Amino acid sequence: MHLSRREFLKSAVAASTASTMGMSLSELAEAAASELEKGWKWDKAVCRFCGTGCGIMCATKDGRIVATKGDPKAPVNKGLNCIKGYFNGKILYGQDRLTQPLMRMTDGKFDKKGKFVPVTWEQAFDEMEKQFRKTYAEKGPSGVACFGSGQWTIHEGYAMNKLFKAGFRSNNIDPNARNCMASAVAAFYSVFGADEPAGNYDDIEYTDTMILWGANMAEMHPILWSRISDRRLSNKNVRIVNLSTYRNMSSDLADLEILFKPNTDLAIQNYIAREIIARDAVNKDFVEKHCVFATGPYDIGYGMRNTDKFAYPAEKDTQAKELKVKLDKYEAVAQRKAEGEVVDQKNTADPAKHWMISFDDFKKAVEPYTLDFVAELAKGDEDESLASFKGKLQQLADFYIEKDRKVVSFWTMGFNQHQRGTWVNEQCYMNHLLLGKQSQPGNGAFSLTGQPSACGTAREVGTFCHRLPADTLIPNPKHRANAEGKWKLPAKTINPKIGSFYAKILRDLEDGQVKWAWVQVNNPWHTHPNANHWLKAARENDNFIIVSEAYPGVSAKIADLILPTAMIFEKWGAFGNAERRTQQWRQQVPPPGQARADVWQTIEFSKRFKVKDFWGEQKLPGLKADGYEDNKLPSVMDEAVKMGYSPEDSLYKVLFATPDNLKVKWPDAVAKGHDNHVAALLGDGWFPEKALWQEYVQFGRGKGKDLADFDIYHGDNIRGMKWPVVDGKEVAWRFNEQYDPYVKKGAGFEFYGDLFKAIPTGNLDGITDPKPVPLAGKAKIFYRPYAAPAEQPDTNYDLWLCTGRVLEHWHSGTMTRRVPELHRAVPAAVMWIHPADAKSRGLQRNDLVWIESRRGKVKVRVETGGRNKMVKGYVYVPFFDEGVLINRVTLDTTCPISKESDYKKCAVKVYKA
Amino acid sequence: MEKKRRDFLLKTAQGAALAACGGLIWTHLLRQEASAAALALRPPGALPENDFAAQCIKCGQCTNACPYDTLKMATAGSNMPVGTPYFEPRKVPCYMCPDIPCVPPCPTGALTKSLKDINKARMGLAVIDEENCLSWLGLRCEVCYRVCPVKGKAITVENHPRKISKHAMFVPLVHAEHCTGCGLCEQACPTQEAAIRIINPSLVQGKIGEHYRLGWTREDAITQDFAAGAAPAPAQPSSPDVAPKEAPGMDTLNKGIEY
Amino acid sequence: MHAQVQPTEEEAKPGRVVRLYTPPATLSGRLWSWRYLILRRVTQLGILAMFFGTARYGWEVAGRPLLTGNLSASEFLGVIPMADPFAVLQQLLTMHVLDKEVLIGAAIVLGFYALIAGRTFCAWVCPVNLVTDAAGWLRAKLRVPDFCSLSRNIRYWLLVLALILSVLTGVAAFEWVSPISMLHREIVFGIGLGLTAIAGIFLLDLLVVKHGWCGHLCPLGAFYSLVGRIAQLRVRFDDSSCTRCAECVRVCPEPKVLDFKLAAENGLVASGECTNCARCIPICPENSLSFNFRPLIKQHNSTATQQARRPS
Repeated sequence: MHLSRREFLKSAVAASTASTMGMSLSELAEAAASELEKGWKWDKAVCRFCGTGCGIMCATKDGRIVATKGDPKAPVNKGLNCIKGYFNGKILYGQDRLTQPLMRMTDGKFDKKGKFVPVTWEQAFDEMEKQFRKTYAEKGPSGVACFGSGQWTIHEGYAMNKLFKAGFRSNNIDPNARNCMASAVAAFYSVFGADEPAGNYDDIEYTDTMILWGANMAEMHPILWSRISDRRLSNKNVRIVNLSTYRNMSSDLADLEILFKPNTDLAIQNYIAREIIARDAVNKDFVEKHCVFATGPYDIGYGMRNTDKFAYPAEKDTQAKELKVKLDKYEAVAQRKAEGEVVDQKNTADPAKHWMISFDDFKKAVEPYTLDFVAELAKGDEDESLASFKGKLQQLADFYIEKDRKVVSFWTMGFNQHQRGTWVNEQCYMNHLLLGKQSQPGNGAFSLTGQPSACGTAREVGTFCHRLPADTLIPNPKHRANAEGKWKLPAKTINPKIGSFYAKILRDLEDGQVKWAWVQVNNPWHTHPNANHWLKAARENDNFIIVSEAYPGVSAKIADLILPTAMIFEKWGAFGNAERRTQQWRQQVPPPGQARADVWQTIEFSKRFKVKDFWGEQKLPGLKADGYEDNKLPSVMDEAVKMGYSPEDSLYKVLFATPDNLKVKWPDAVAKGHDNHVAALLGDGWFPEKALWQEYVQFGRGKGKDLADFDIYHGDNIRGMKWPVVDGKEVAWRFNEQYDPYVKKGAGFEFYGDLFKAIPTGNLDGITDPKPVPLAGKAKIFYRPYAAPAEQPDTNYDLWLCTGRVLEHWHSGTMTRRVPELHRAVPAAVMWIHPADAKSRGLQRNDLVWIESRRGKVKVRVETGGRNKMVKGYVYVPFFDEGVLINRVTLDTTCPISKESDYKKCAVKVYKA
Repeated sequence: MEKKRRDFLLKTAQGAALAACGGLIWTHLLRQEASAAALALRPPGALPENDFAAQCIKCGQCTNACPYDTLKMATAGSNMPVGTPYFEPRKVPCYMCPDIPCVPPCPTGALTKSLKDINKARMGLAVIDEENCLSWLGLRCEVCYRVCPVKGKAITVENHPRKISKHAMFVPLVHAEHCTGCGLCEQACPTQEAAIRIINPSLVQGKIGEHYRLGWTREDAITQDFAAGAAPAPAQPSSPDVAPKEAPGMDTLNKGIEY
Repeated sequence: MHAQVQPTEEEAKPGRVVRLYTPPATLSGRLWSWRYLILRRVTQLGILAMFFGTARYGWEVAGRPLLTGNLSASEFLGVIPMADPFAVLQQLLTMHVLDKEVLIGAAIVLGFYALIAGRTFCAWVCPVNLVTDAAGWLRAKLRVPDFCSLSRNIRYWLLVLALILSVLTGVAAFEWVSPISMLHREIVFGIGLGLTAIAGIFLLDLLVVKHGWCGHLCPLGAFYSLVGRIAQLRVRFDDSSCTRCAECVRVCPEPKVLDFKLAAENGLVASGECTNCARCIPICPENSLSFNFRPLIKQHNSTATQQARRPS
């Protein structure tokens, strides 16, 4: 036990009294320790970092977090933490914590080219409001935007979502979860009609086989990995397969490691499907009762801009693939076309459309994916023999198909950050559904999340540009009416046009469509690929960018206004993890200086506007929807007056401090003596987080998304609850009659999600009967073909680049790099490269090199050993390091359906700096 | 004559006595210096400590050649044999340059040029304090394992069951056979005081009897408080109505970013 | 007690007016009289600067490090090795085989001093000389009397002891405690407690014994004294002009080397203990002393003798 000088003096008092009672040295140490811990107040909270959702306990004293520990009662982690979680308490106390609003000014006035100068909140909001009104007048609702986050607390996401969609009538709000989970979401929608996994972490203890598809869980989900390891070690029949494009730490435990070429996971999945059919292993009963077959168009582009107007000269050849793709040998076979055929990408506007096909069509479609074909295409390690690789593929198919073998497939960014992310997600369900190994303990495809509240905030609250809370969608008139009803808004207040998704907001800033953007709890200019474009647009274009931040990261550096933000334990909050577990915590300590919670910032800003500012007619270029005039949002003012609103009512009153919400009083016994700086600062005696929670939960109740009441989550013995919470009980496996009360009795399974559950009929080539066929309760088994990556290594850019995380750092490092111990553990990003590739370029370990793509270059040090063992032709650079801003190099292709960026493959060259 | 002879003998005896006394003191000094050597971590390729002590001419050319300023010259009073090169891994570890630039400049062979592969260097041995190692306590840390340049050989991770929950422990183990003693692990260890340290093997390594050979070969409440009194929160009197002249983060932010 | 060296009756030359040294009145004259002092300081500091710059700032010439290492062992321009022969001798006595690089380096240095420069190291290279000269200067200013007298032979005892202890302890005995190396190392690589040893030497020289370290104790100086016996660079002594005023003896840190009888016989200062510091040269009122090489001196002397023999 280390005692700082002050504490030592205190403990010396205890020691001197103790010594008079004849205590031994060890007893003295204990006495000193208990003296040190006197007055510590422990309370439950949640880890700030990944999607695992570990419970932690916080000890506070005199307004500071003095210690944390893993929560032994938390079922997820049982008291454990990873090394990031170990430092939860220290992230608050970095030396350069932002504590005062900072604005670019010259001579006391805002100046885009000025230097940052401290201002008051009043001054900050004044300028924000002024700039907002200017842009809104010029551009309407589509001229403003918000970059949200899967690290927002649920309350924060809900408040901003409501302010934008109900208040500003703008759908230009999209979370960074777009670049994390969107492909998973799109596939959940298209396959099940409802978002989020059916299973839960207990699958790990029930299953016999865990197959990792592009998920380096050993580093990225450390605590889940220790559960997986325990399962593997305590049962000799359990098998673990690691599929990856390079050898990572998850291979250390894996029984089978399959190293494949980028994008060929699409082909491997189809090979398994083909094997399932060929070995007559289709679970016919399950498939007939609960599934249909479907497919969609192949010519959907790569999610890049459809014009080269903004492209650097070097980028143009890659960008051209957005319009036309010349099929290579393998794509030709996979898509039943001729090699070298140039395919116009005709379906980039509606890539998600799909239709039903027959089982025979499906069988025909997967027929070309023979072992020989797929092995030749997919083998990723040139040093491995084809025979060995084939053997591994067969083994993989065996694991899936073996009767009575339970299989869980896990994936994260390898699937999601993928130019065909939605497809490859759908394919994973394809195999689980074909085998009937889904929605049962130990059986199922399990999409893991990256962020602590990607599920809880981004997905469940629906902070995406196309979503509303609880799996409802902007384009759906009924869903909008539902939200308008819940929010007590006049009909047609909500904008029916899908807003700009994350990458699009950045593109909008570049081409001047968006001129006012607010960033909360994320770091777009650090983390979005092809960063040089966005950095320049932010600083050179006429726009106003507000960044709510706790530490000065890259986005803060390009901001015009920085708002100092309260961090996790400085506010009341709630996160939802990857197994649908919602966890809440209280404010533990006050925020430093003038830092304040995002939810306060959002609600306080709403006080500056009146309903008349937005609820009149608004221009909306590009709007075309049933019941709406083109390019216009209608005035809802008359309707509003009829509902009892006045044009002079403030947005604050109409959206947040509603009569119902004002009834939820602060202080509240649930606080158990904890403060709430948001309630105190907003005034009016209400409890914003609890009021918003109670309002929000109305969306999901009775719809299979039921959340419990606010106070229940704060109960002393509750460590989060897995939704749907029906009659006070969690649901462990959704869609399964045994566990899920939403499933009709006697059905066995029911995939009751209601999105995209009426689709046309067709064959592999297209729609034959456009009349939608209802598919209530069924899941879709998709055929999706192999498609080659948009950019591949060539003679000039001769290496694949993959980016990602390291265990020690979180995302862009704004928090973890402030913890000296974590910084010391991994001070800088390095580039992992195969020793032979390094040697052939005259490089040695620790050499400084340039890594350059068509889009930009950064300097980085060479690593030929260490945690990742690259295959030849492949390099890996983590993205946490602002000093190695690798996203200057990465390619901004997205999955055309999910709009999620692909960080895992682009072509680069490496040479000595 | 007799007196002269007597004087001569006496003088010689006195001189010899003085020399013997001086020699004793001198020897004591040398012993003391040499005994400190057990704590010193030497550059790669260093001869065994006794030979190194004899052969190192203390010219510092190895430290000149070190590109990371890892190697330092022991100053007098620094608890190391004065003038000899050493390094402190918690401050700057050896980054194990593949071309080993510190060895060739050694003029005496105290750093032996027969070391061609840096992985064969034996600068020390990593030793884990199991009671304070986060991984041994059950946390998912293993930072040492991941930073180890000979990962998987010098440091391996073994899974042990954790009796109180269904989480395996990831326990790092050091293998002297491969540990170069570079100290990257000691530097990176995230505990307040490093729980893995590089130590002169002679201080920790045992040896089974030479008369015996192994008949087989090997094939096959966890909470931690960080210390109170960490970096202080930026304490400043702050009022919502007046903006101060300076605020945290300005300096970095105003440096801007290249675009 | 310290006694001024005075010319004795038998040493004084009859028939000569003894003039004493008077410092030049002009600045240029004074600078000229300090020429060897300035040169020595430039050399001492220059060598130190080359080591320092190479270690700290990576000085290079044509892409090669200028002077790496320190006085114990070094390499000039990455090519020419140099090493302290005394240190190497001690190391060899520990019964260790050394790399040839250091042996060549030691041979080069040894050869240079033994064959050419004599005990020049002590006055022209050794950094401790700066300290002891400063102490000597201050001692003269303050007129500090000797506290005790020491035999100048102690250094030879210490030299022998260092060699014996190297054999016995297995480490280079003097090298491990040498304040010379310590001072030099700590100037080049970073300051430590070695400077206290230097402070000790300063105080010894200032308060206890005149020229206490360099003239009485230093075994390295003793080593070079032995080495320097046959070196070619010598102070030439012109007996014909010498008046035995003994100004030279007064400034000499090793006054025994200026034995007029021997000097007159040889025409030069023959003792290896002479450090070639050249303090004596500019102050000789008769210009009887000068640097020259042994063969030239011989030639000169023989001509002089012949001339002297020739009847006039």
